[in-house]
Amino acid sequence: MNSVILSAATVLLKPLLTFISLFVLLRGHNEPGGGFVGGLIAASAFVLQAIAHGVPPARRSLRVRPRLLIAGGLLTAAASGLISVAMGAPFMTGQTYALPVLGWKLSTALLFDIGVYLVVMGAVLHIIFTLVEDAP
Amino acid sequence: MTLVLALTIGLLYGAAMYMIIRRSIVKLVFGLVLLSHAANLLIFTVGGLTRDHPPLAPEQAALPHPPAVADPLPQALILTAIVISFGVLAFVLALVRRTVASAGTDDLDDLRTTEQ
Amino acid sequence: MLLLLTLLPFAAAAVVAPLWSRAHRFAAGISVLVPLGTAVALLSLAPAVWRGEPLLEPHAWAPSVGVSLSFHLDGLSLLFSLLISGIGALVLLYSQGYLHGSPNLGRFCATLLFFMGSMLGVVLANNLVALFVFWELTSFSSYLLIGFESSRLKARNAALQALLVTGIGGLALLAGAVLLALAAGSYEITEVLAAGGLRQHALYLPILLLILGAAFTKSAQFPFHFWLPSAMEAPAPVSAYLHSATMVKAGVYLLARLNPALGGGAEWPLLLGLFGGATMLIGVVVAFFKNDLKQILAYSTIGVLGTLVLMIGVGTPDAFKAMAAYLLAHALYKGSLFLMSGAVDHETGTRDIGELSGLRRAMPLTAAVALIAAVSMAGLPPTLGFIGKELLYESANHAPAYAWLVTAALAVNGAILFAVAAMAGYKPFAGPLRSPKPPHEAPWTLWTAPGVAAVLGLVLGLAPRAAESAIRSAASAVAGAPVSVELSLFHGFNLPLLLTAAGVIVGGLLYIYRSRIAGLAPRSAPVTAGGVYDRLLAALVGFAALQTRWLQSGYLRAYLKIIILTAVLLGGYALLTRNAAAAALSVSDARFHELIVGGLILAGTIATVRARSRMISVAAVGAVGVGVSLIFVLFGAPDLAMTQLTIEALTVVLLVFVFHHLPDFSLKSRRPVRVLDVALCATAGVFMGALVLAAGAERPWPSISSYFTDNSRDLAGGRNVVNVILTDFRGLDTFGEITVLAIAGIGVYALLRLNMDEIRRREGARTAPSEAAIPAATTAPDRETP
Repeated sequence: MNSVILSAATVLLKPLLTFISLFVLLRGHNEPGGGFVGGLIAASAFVLQAIAHGVPPARRSLRVRPRLLIAGGLLTAAASGLISVAMGAPFMTGQTYALPVLGWKLSTALLFDIGVYLVVMGAVLHIIFTLVEDAP
Repeated sequence: MTLVLALTIGLLYGAAMYMIIRRSIVKLVFGLVLLSHAANLLIFTVGGLTRDHPPLAPEQAALPHPPAVADPLPQALILTAIVISFGVLAFVLALVRRTVASAGTDDLDDLRTTEQ
Repeated sequence: MLLLLTLLPFAAAAVVAPLWSRAHRFAAGISVLVPLGTAVALLSLAPAVWRGEPLLEPHAWAPSVGVSLSFHLDGLSLLFSLLISGIGALVLLYSQGYLHGSPNLGRFCATLLFFMGSMLGVVLANNLVALFVFWELTSFSSYLLIGFESSRLKARNAALQALLVTGIGGLALLAGAVLLALAAGSYEITEVLAAGGLRQHALYLPILLLILGAAFTKSAQFPFHFWLPSAMEAPAPVSAYLHSATMVKAGVYLLARLNPALGGGAEWPLLLGLFGGATMLIGVVVAFFKNDLKQILAYSTIGVLGTLVLMIGVGTPDAFKAMAAYLLAHALYKGSLFLMSGAVDHETGTRDIGELSGLRRAMPLTAAVALIAAVSMAGLPPTLGFIGKELLYESANHAPAYAWLVTAALAVNGAILFAVAAMAGYKPFAGPLRSPKPPHEAPWTLWTAPGVAAVLGLVLGLAPRAAESAIRSAASAVAGAPVSVELSLFHGFNLPLLLTAAGVIVGGLLYIYRSRIAGLAPRSAPVTAGGVYDRLLAALVGFAALQTRWLQSGYLRAYLKIIILTAVLLGGYALLTRNAAAAALSVSDARFHELIVGGLILAGTIATVRARSRMISVAAVGAVGVGVSLIFVLFGAPDLAMTQLTIEALTVVLLVFVFHHLPDFSLKSRRPVRVLDVALCATAGVFMGALVLAAGAERPWPSISSYFTDNSRDLAGGRNVVNVILTDFRGLDTFGEITVLAIAGIGVYALLRLNMDEIRRREGARTAPSEAAIPAATTAPDRETP
């Protein structure tokens, strides 16, 4: 698709969408948002680029293969559940650590949500890149 | 409002089923999309409708009983259902594409046997 | 200990088969020594059991549902398990000679050991569910052994027939066992027997019929007897072991085992007496008219099984005593005769007694063994068979009801059985030598095993006191109360002895004039149980084909319509009959902007269906999605709205990219079909709408949602309850869901990328059908306009 407007808008929108996706992911525990939406928004950023400039540039700027995102996400989610096992609690018991700075809190739920984010983003991109590239 | 949504859901289901039982494999895909909308709305409506109050707990104060917010459980169910139906839709599309490419037809009645 | 004894043959079976090719002698040794060792171990436990101290051994299995792997060794179990292990050792020894050099001998021995373990399980299990499991395992191993020569169609058919008949019985046993446990309050057999009052229970008749169904199919009672003669397709050791000495007696065991709980009353003696008596007479009469050695033995086995069932039906302590003694005698002589028939077949190449005579000259040892066994079968002194038969006559004479009828039936049976015994154990060996091929004495393995069994029958006849404890404790277990037993060869001149003498005379005459009597018999019966089975089986297959043609048409939409119709009919019936309180049937509570959103969804849906091209449909379905997300916004679900909107955008991208390469809509169905479909789907839509209203009006149980809402902030440290449910409360579910998503992604990749080369090659050869299909479809004159 050779649209100047789309092409120009993509340059601006892609970083913005990526940033929004991270924002939505991180605030998800307390405000509307979370890993599912975040992953979808992140995927849309790269899908937008794939539509505007083609799949190869989108793949290049993603740097990792989508299926690595899927695998990494699943491992992250599983690891978040195993942390509690290491602490002697049953699998997937939530654990929270208060960070000494800014009153932030780290929790296994957040880690799990990051896993969800990665799987959703990876799966969507894997699907759409494959289908678009498959065009005869 | 439940009545309006009941009408909407009924129409969505009817339309989805009609599209699913067409012979054209392309229409089947649309049927699936409509069907997932219908199912999501059904769960959402049956779970009870609450205007404007998303299920967010207040910062400090205790929650009133019963909580005057929307039911979070159907929402959690639907949220994953939305994303998974996207995955299923993509899989179906890939399957349709492969089928049409290798069988050379989009008529489901021509796809009765596994042999070509 | 009992668990170990039961599991040992299974373990041996697992070891023997793979070892056979590498260490043949070692494996053969194991397969004989395991049953022998089992028999010795059981004998070492025997004195305590005979003193009246049964062994009870529970092992936890599935305690939450009351199923345990508990074992119980009392007199009845001991008698059976001694037969199973003792005859098992003889049969496995015999098999080494019978199938010598066969490449499948290892498999054969392994299956026999597997059967032995299952059969021990049946008689030792003290839990109804465990009994059922082992029972089914014996049917299964019987299937494998009947069809052992799997290259022959007849063997395969016979195996299937036996499996179907005993399998149906197995299902009856399962149902009966569940009902029995329900009525008695326990699955433990000892507790069921102690429960008492079962005969007054409302479930007594169903339980009785189901248990009888199981026992009658397994023990080949009329009218289920036909599978046993067919099962003679099996090699001789199998016939001796499974189909005369042990497995077919499992039904008798079941009846004897449950006799204290279910016996007595009016139905039990009537049904057992009727079916047992009929089976006894049918079996022995048919045996008399057969010429094939194994068929003769098979039908006479049916007759004996009938006799045993009849005795349980008579229900006096004397009858149980006779049952136990006769059972032991029969296992010894019949196992021996079956093995002997295998040896004759092995050496002469035929089992037709018309073609055989004078074999004693060539095979003196085999002939001697056969004669001893036949004497026991004929019920002549000084054998255990004689003692058993005398006890039969004695108990029949004192039966509580119809004593004359039972006695007469047994006397007739005894006379014919005498002739049959002469046919099987005397005829082939007497007179001048005649045989299709010159016979030689069988190798030692072929006559030792039957020899041991036959001689044991003779020794126990001469010294009956040796068998007294075993028979007494078995009879006591059947009666559920102590029974005194004194066995002796000579009881004085009484009615039983008179009947025996009469039986010898009549039986002798029958034997001498057999060819003339046989000429009087009709060539074939007009209706046979086997024929009925064949017709039923054919009808079943025909019905399966018919309903497959109806329901499994191969048309996707036909399946879907059936599903939709079923759901609407069942669900609609439930809705209409529940008098569901109608929800507020008014739109007045809806706000204006909500109505607009509803209208957007309605319009989008209609447009999706009515659109003439796929791209219009893509746009319309996108509008539906946006409408749905607006509903989520309006009713407190911002998370859903965000997700739905993003997914909507991605879906449109996906559809546009894929549909670009697919044929456009085309009209495929005829108009009447479409009208019918619209009617069906409209009904389904109305049903779903009504379901929403009914479900909204009714809340039978409190929601669990309030737990999540209340605890999300304090327990999980998050204020967004939806997100907390997904990542914390129900995190494992979410983990499963993202796994599904991952698999879908990988699946799409696999579908489109793998074998792409093959697709390309085929497309090249066919001038790219996917490309060619698009113009063909788009230029089709009649687009679909619903």
